[in-house]
Amino acid sequence: MSRRSQVVSTVVVALALLGANMWAQGRGGIASFPAQQRDPDDLALVARGRAVYDTECRSCHGPDLRGGERGGPNLLRSPVMLNDRSGELLQPVVQGSHKDRLSAPGLTPEDVKAVAAHIHSVLALAPGQGAPPPGPPIELKVLVGDATAGAKYFAATCASCHSPTGDLRGIGARDLGPAQLQNLWIAGGRGRGAGPALGPRPAPMTTRREATVVVTLPSGQKYEGRLERIDDFMVALTQADGTPRSFRRTGAVPKVEVRDPLEAHRNLLPVYTDKDIHDVTAYLASLK
Amino acid sequence: MSVTRPASSRRAHRALFFSVFSVISVVALFAGQNPPPATRNPEPGTRNPGGLDPASLLQPLGESWPTFAGDYTSRRHSSLKQINTSNVKNLSLAWMTRVLTGPRGGVPPTIIGGVGAREFTGGTIKGAVLQVGGVLYVTAPDNVWALDALDGREIWHYFWRTRGATHIGNRGVGIWRNYLFFETPDNYLVSLDAKTGTERWHVEIADFDQQYFSTPAPVVVGDHVIVGTGNDLDGPGFLQSYDPETGKLQWKFYTVPMKEGDPGLETWPNLEAARYGGGHTWMPGSYDPETKLYIFGTGNPTPAYTGVARPGDNLYTCSLIALNVDTGKMVWHYQLSPHDTHDWDTVQSPILIDARVNGKPRKLVSVAARNGYFFTVDRVTGEHIVTTKYGTYTNWAGGLNSKKAPFPAPEKEATIPGALVSPVEGGTTNWQPPAYSPDTGLFYTQEDNGFNMLYLTDPDPRGSMGLGGKMRVEVGSGGKFLTAIDPASGEVVWRRRYPNPGGGIGLLTTAGGLLFGSDGSGNFVASDAKDGTPVWHTRIGNISNAPQTYMHDGRQYVLIATGDMLWAFALY
Repeated sequence: MSRRSQVVSTVVVALALLGANMWAQGRGGIASFPAQQRDPDDLALVARGRAVYDTECRSCHGPDLRGGERGGPNLLRSPVMLNDRSGELLQPVVQGSHKDRLSAPGLTPEDVKAVAAHIHSVLALAPGQGAPPPGPPIELKVLVGDATAGAKYFAATCASCHSPTGDLRGIGARDLGPAQLQNLWIAGGRGRGAGPALGPRPAPMTTRREATVVVTLPSGQKYEGRLERIDDFMVALTQADGTPRSFRRTGAVPKVEVRDPLEAHRNLLPVYTDKDIHDVTAYLASLK
Repeated sequence: MSVTRPASSRRAHRALFFSVFSVISVVALFAGQNPPPATRNPEPGTRNPGGLDPASLLQPLGESWPTFAGDYTSRRHSSLKQINTSNVKNLSLAWMTRVLTGPRGGVPPTIIGGVGAREFTGGTIKGAVLQVGGVLYVTAPDNVWALDALDGREIWHYFWRTRGATHIGNRGVGIWRNYLFFETPDNYLVSLDAKTGTERWHVEIADFDQQYFSTPAPVVVGDHVIVGTGNDLDGPGFLQSYDPETGKLQWKFYTVPMKEGDPGLETWPNLEAARYGGGHTWMPGSYDPETKLYIFGTGNPTPAYTGVARPGDNLYTCSLIALNVDTGKMVWHYQLSPHDTHDWDTVQSPILIDARVNGKPRKLVSVAARNGYFFTVDRVTGEHIVTTKYGTYTNWAGGLNSKKAPFPAPEKEATIPGALVSPVEGGTTNWQPPAYSPDTGLFYTQEDNGFNMLYLTDPDPRGSMGLGGKMRVEVGSGGKFLTAIDPASGEVVWRRRYPNPGGGIGLLTTAGGLLFGSDGSGNFVASDAKDGTPVWHTRIGNISNAPQTYMHDGRQYVLIATGDMLWAFALY
């Protein structure tokens, strides 16, 4: 896969995730037009612009256009470049405040047009919600915990339901990044989320054990099965033979007892320290 | 509402009396001829006679629903009590209407405007529905409908062809006399004739290419149409006021320093960071007519998650701000989340409350913020009164600063190995409007205790941009609650657990002793406002806006939306 198509597929994944998770103003929103996209410029023009940028602009504005060590501002959020169509707003800047900063031959109007096309082509890779285009992959050290301390924590807290030689055997050898492994075990399944490094959703760690419910009517008659739905006013279940049942709830009648295997995971959320979490992740990652 | 305004309120009373009287006399005229008046629509010409007198917005909330939150206090407390705790069990469906987004023809034909070439369809009702003169004004992004308040029948539909931008929601219209105002995602303020839906004018309110997008409901105060907007890229936030007659800009208030010498610049590393600092104004505020202060919350600083590029408190992001409504000049501010690093803007509806603090009657404003903290401030001076944590598992703060506002603990910001943070990005609450009942003295809000793992994916010392630079995954919930708070002390008086962690949306209280809301399981629920006990419910599906109520032709209606459906309930 070429670098460009890698970048594009990363953007596609990131966009899909963002689409599923638009949060800045509440949730579940439809972002029909996620960013102000333009028609792409001619590729040869973009390539020429990149070359000009690298010699004339890069040292101040940075290789990724987000600002450089010599103090040039971020061009990806600059009102000039966001409003510019094909160099017409960049031209006066190049000829004006930047005149003395360029190399002796200066830039032709065609050069400026090409630089603008390059900047717009980078902007077009932005995944939305104001995030910058994905840069080259960087190594992030997620695995920082102490596996020995994690083993101790696991034995004390998790071992009543899980076993390193049983359901979690070989968990550290699965094709999961450490962050994915960490999210998976905390949630007790797949979490929901978004971000550039999230990647495809991992499969659940173990066969998901479903919540069950026992409903006891005032007569003493009991119904038991997989919990389908519950609110303050009704409870629905599917019995072992596949029969669906639902019951009206009025206050404490009928008696409803839910057994959710994930409850233990939820109950730990307010209890864990981040160190506990990182230690357990290091321990699980060691279970090859 | 205990704020007193003798002279103007008497005038407004008279105006209201005459408009009610004229509707009654028309109905009486018809009664002498044929069908029973209650089932007959008023003659079209008598609907909305004279539109909305801006002075009537100073009245306690009752028959009409003339502005985003019902009235300027944002209490969402209606004086109506035809429906009350003893008879609500008989509440039943009066009508249901499905709105159709887009440019489709029909009867009546859709009125089409807009400067773009794109057609957005599929939007849902996430905002306030105004009710003035027997007409309901309903919105979705790029769409406005006028419906008959009696039976939900469509009177007109306006559709805006868009240039694009984020179509995440629209919070409703504002009204001034016979003019409606609404904002489009591609940043136009559009004024329509309330009777016909024809466009009067549109003006551009923010730069499309800088990726602003506009969702708020304009708030009309006197001869000001107050307009906010939003942006996820690092643009500066601002609030603007327009002339309702001409669409001319009256004032523009930036929420971040824009030039050397501007107040608040000392809370940013430099002017460049401030000018790209965010602080957007995407929810309507409240208004105190005694002080002429428009009080609103501002959005998060940007880049949102990578505060490394903007050390300091980052004024006036995540702040409660009081502006003089005539001049647009700031009178006071109180920052609810200094140097936010979690996208927890504090635009949540500020509620104006009169209560005793330490035995003394005080004029207050209270906010249940997205960051899990509850605040009460003196609404005249901005003096801090109370800060409490109402999010049960809220765990991100390093403590309170000298002004009693929580600041972030660095280890609970996005970190490379991951930090377990509550609440999640959406916050303990979000745009869903809270409510306050002067009868119970309680401030009601949803309380969402989700947890997410937050990873830093862009450790660049320049910071990231917008909402970039992080990965986050929701890993479970500590429960979602309907929570009642004493605004004077900030203490939680009771919590009622929602059966499912999803949903929630906004709230309404009434003088009938009721608290209306949704439960996240598809139920529309009326509860006893004293303790939150459900007393009526109906399952109508995925509720998408906050409940409202109005009186029309002698009958109280309760209104709620599920996506593109609008439901009205009444007693028979």
